[in-house]
Amino acid sequence: MFVITCPYCGERDQSEFAHAGEAHISRPRESETMTDAEWAEFLFMRDNTKGIHAERWIHAAGCRRFFNALRNTATDRFLAFYRIGEKPPEIDDVVPATPCGEAVGSGNDAVKVERPPEAGR
Amino acid sequence: MTSQPFRLNEGGSIDRSREISFSFDGKSYAGHPGDTLASALIANGVHMVARSFKYHRPRGIVGAGAEDPAGLVQIGSGATADPNTRATEQELWDGLQAHAQNCWPSLKHDLYAANDIVSRFYSAGFYYKTFMGPPGNWMTFEPIVRFAAGIGKTPDGPDPDAYETINRHCDVLIVGAGPAGLMAALSAARSGARVILAEETAEAGGQLLSLPESGDGAITIDDKTPRDWIAGALAELASNDRVTVLPRTSAIGYYADNFVALWEKVSDHLAPKDRNPLLPRQRLWRIRAKEVVLATGAVERSLVFHENDRPGIMLASAARTYLHRYGALGGHCAAVIANNDAAWQTAFDLQAAGATISVISDSRHQPDDALVNKAAERDIPVRLAHQVASTGGRHRVKEITIESETGNIEGFDADLVAISGGWMPNVALFSQSRGQLRYDDDLAAFRPGWHWQRTHVCGSADGAMTMAECFSGGARVGAWAAEAAGCTANAAPVPELANVGPEPTGISPIWQMVTTEGGKKAFVDLQDDVKASDLELAVREGYRSVEHAKRYTTVGMGNDQGKISNLNAFGIISGAQGKSLPELGTTTFRQPWKPVTFGAIAGQFVGADFEPRRTTPMHDWHVRAEAIFEPVGDWLRARAYPRPGETFEDAVQREVKAARTDVAVLDASTLGKIDIRGKDARTFLNRIYTNAWSKLAPGRCRYGLMLGEDAMVFDDGVTSCIADDHFHMTTTTGGAARVLTWLEDYLQTEWPDLDVFLTTVTEETAVVSLSGPKSYDVVKAICDDAGDLAPDDFPFMSWKDAAIDGVACRVFRISFTGELSYEINVPASYGLWLWEKVMEAGAPFGITPYGTEGMHLLRAEKGFIIVGQDTDGTITPFDLRMDWIVSQKKGDFVGKRSLYRSDTVRTNRKQLVGLLTEDPATVLMEGAQIIATPDEPAPPVPMLGYVTSSYFSPNLGRSIAMALVESGGARIGETVYISRKGAKPLAATVTETDFLAHFAEKADG
Ligand SMILES: [Zn+2]
Repeated sequence: MFVITCPYCGERDQSEFAHAGEAHISRPRESETMTDAEWAEFLFMRDNTKGIHAERWIHAAGCRRFFNALRNTATDRFLAFYRIGEKPPEIDDVVPATPCGEAVGSGNDAVKVERPPEAGR
Repeated sequence: MTSQPFRLNEGGSIDRSREISFSFDGKSYAGHPGDTLASALIANGVHMVARSFKYHRPRGIVGAGAEDPAGLVQIGSGATADPNTRATEQELWDGLQAHAQNCWPSLKHDLYAANDIVSRFYSAGFYYKTFMGPPGNWMTFEPIVRFAAGIGKTPDGPDPDAYETINRHCDVLIVGAGPAGLMAALSAARSGARVILAEETAEAGGQLLSLPESGDGAITIDDKTPRDWIAGALAELASNDRVTVLPRTSAIGYYADNFVALWEKVSDHLAPKDRNPLLPRQRLWRIRAKEVVLATGAVERSLVFHENDRPGIMLASAARTYLHRYGALGGHCAAVIANNDAAWQTAFDLQAAGATISVISDSRHQPDDALVNKAAERDIPVRLAHQVASTGGRHRVKEITIESETGNIEGFDADLVAISGGWMPNVALFSQSRGQLRYDDDLAAFRPGWHWQRTHVCGSADGAMTMAECFSGGARVGAWAAEAAGCTANAAPVPELANVGPEPTGISPIWQMVTTEGGKKAFVDLQDDVKASDLELAVREGYRSVEHAKRYTTVGMGNDQGKISNLNAFGIISGAQGKSLPELGTTTFRQPWKPVTFGAIAGQFVGADFEPRRTTPMHDWHVRAEAIFEPVGDWLRARAYPRPGETFEDAVQREVKAARTDVAVLDASTLGKIDIRGKDARTFLNRIYTNAWSKLAPGRCRYGLMLGEDAMVFDDGVTSCIADDHFHMTTTTGGAARVLTWLEDYLQTEWPDLDVFLTTVTEETAVVSLSGPKSYDVVKAICDDAGDLAPDDFPFMSWKDAAIDGVACRVFRISFTGELSYEINVPASYGLWLWEKVMEAGAPFGITPYGTEGMHLLRAEKGFIIVGQDTDGTITPFDLRMDWIVSQKKGDFVGKRSLYRSDTVRTNRKQLVGLLTEDPATVLMEGAQIIATPDEPAPPVPMLGYVTSSYFSPNLGRSIAMALVESGGARIGETVYISRKGAKPLAATVTETDFLAHFAEKADG
């Protein structure tokens, strides 16, 4: 259960929010000239990022505003919250890696246990 | 007190001045307040409490707390039956009734123990092989396995107990009130932090409670006995109003952002008559802590040897806990099997309490000399570098044989075998927090590595295995945590310890004892009956990953989650692969730490509080009219109003007839209503509906269809123009919230430039919908200046302001039935008043209230769709054959581009049509499949589509149905067949969906 910072209301429990899919996918203005394949790219295709991912949330049981967040899907930690229309803030590489190079918390076996340096590579 | 043959005369936390009675498996016993069920049974000489899951082997009490693997019993009966309760965790109360589980007909004479004899059939992967084998296998085994594997009895009625959920924030949450946790709490509290200290058991103190209070081995803390020191610490914490101490409270889950779930057993330790009816049985505390301190202690691990599962074989730490915490002697003649120093103290303590120690057998060559000398002084036989070869005894261990390195076998009497494979930091919560584990060679166990959340670990949970380190580490870490939470660190002084006994150091790990004879029955997991040989077999069969081997053998998959056995399992699996333990890794520690009741998780949110129902202002009237209700979205709506002696079906037929012959009235208040304002409101409507809104004049209404961006029908409703910059939108009852969020999404994220504001006004307005040829008569009778509202002056699809007894209302000439209709909107507070007024004024015209079922039937007669019934998220307006509603002239709208995707323009898509059965009396089943042939061919049968709506229409005197049929529009007039189970398909003619028009034409023609 995350703590989520609504850019309008501040820190709140996740139970007040609803996830609203990947961010920064804008609806094409000239859709009539798009091929089926181009349109399908907008309509159906979504990234499945392992790492820093921009996503939308709505403060459903609060101000009812949509906003964006950057979340590291490998570590499940939020890195930034920002308003619709704003550019995602530049985030340094904050992904700590294990000796074998996997991000922490990725669910990979290698990350549950610190391994001897020679192992697991 | 003599009734408890293994009860000591002094020591422990029990109250010997009171004797309480309880029963186990139908037999009565005596115990004392302060006992657990397990300690009381041990005091009565009862060790065997259960049968194992697979082989039904006798199972005894192995641990003294949450770590106990297999001592599961059934508490209570009826609606409060509580299966799979750990005897080691159930506090004793007067009159407690417990029963053995997993045995039939009785614990001692369990016929399923025959599973033990055929145990080779239940080897590793039995369930996998049975499930995945030839299809008949599982069918054959399933009834037998199910009956034999039943563990416990579920309650036979709704849970009568109350539960509650509490949310709390704190600076420092400390889990575990052993020496480290208490010190951490003292430090954090002195630093001014808001502290919550959760202790799993009834009493704070942890391992301090398992130490002697006097005599040899009695430690002192600042010259006090452990219990006196604990009392002092608790008194200091109690005096601080920023500190909450929660006994009987387990941290069951550690989630993101320092969210920790605590499970408090508020009343389970009390006899029902002593429970405070105002308090819940259990609580779930949802804690958001700035800093979390884990002082979760360490767990002793068992030893794996041939026949290590007999009742009477228990962890050395547990034997010591029963002795010192509960004054119960585990046996009169004990053998102690160890690979570390601490277990020796158990031998000394048992002897001091009156037991004979038949042998101390240590697998190490050279334990601490001091211990060996101490044993010699006490005339205790010691065998070094020995392994256990076998044990004997039917329902309880009687003897044990051990083997030297040279193969010399020696037997000893023992009704108690105290075993210790060393101590493992309890890292479950730390690992749940996503902290990384590090394998520690000195401990031969995993300990916390670096942490990921704001987590601190102290005491033996952090691998600090000496008492002194637990005190000092707790004091230090508690202050750090408080400082990290923004307080000023003020660590509590570390007390002076004296006379500390041997500590669990100097471990020489041993994952499995191997002797000359070999041992087939060397159990690793005592609950699921997983043997060392099963793990080795799994590795031979190719299950190399620890996660795979776990699932294949079910090791650690019981409800104890392998707390004392997992590391042994990993040791054996890694050994069989020639890998090191850290190379193999561990299985994942998942929430919850131990089994939790559904009641605690549900909390107070049960019954009406689970999913609150919304009701309309007229609800009380419907209740008085004895309506039948149905849930629609969050709402409870009247479905029909049967009269005395009338069936539901009869009532619907009567209501529907009235709506076309006289006048009928529907409570339509639940329709979603959204107020839309702003100068760009029209532009907005043009973009979110498929049809054109530019020319809708104030006073006029229009039906609209909304699509998703994929062109699939999403919602529908009538929107009315109030003014050029003001519209009133209605949505489906169930879709209202979804539509509002969806509209907001477009406004906020795609078109923030539009000047449009949305307000939900669903609850603000009550809606009374009149339908039928006499509906204007009713309007005329109730409305002030009703002349304006006559149908001739008030065209269909328009609205007017009106008043009823001076109450302002809006009247809409819109209809979902195809009849002359008036929808009267009044402020919600006038809803019931208006309804009653309408019923009174309508009485002379035979006004009939109708419910949602009648509404569904009426609209089907007219061929109107219900989104979600005649559509399913894969249906476009063209599939509905509603091409007229898609504007070809206006610009872009949501879903427009997708209407012209190659898939949506296919000509063989399913389309909505009407169906008329050959036999007018036959009503098709909704959902029935439609085929092309009069007889059902052999499978696979090509499906043309399915029935979406089906009724008997009283106004048409026959059945009608709507269906989605492949290329349906092109099939009008053709015959299709509706498949039925075990009967010949029914023939039906494909028609247009407007059945009223269809039969009117026929009559005209
Ligand atoms: Zn907000």
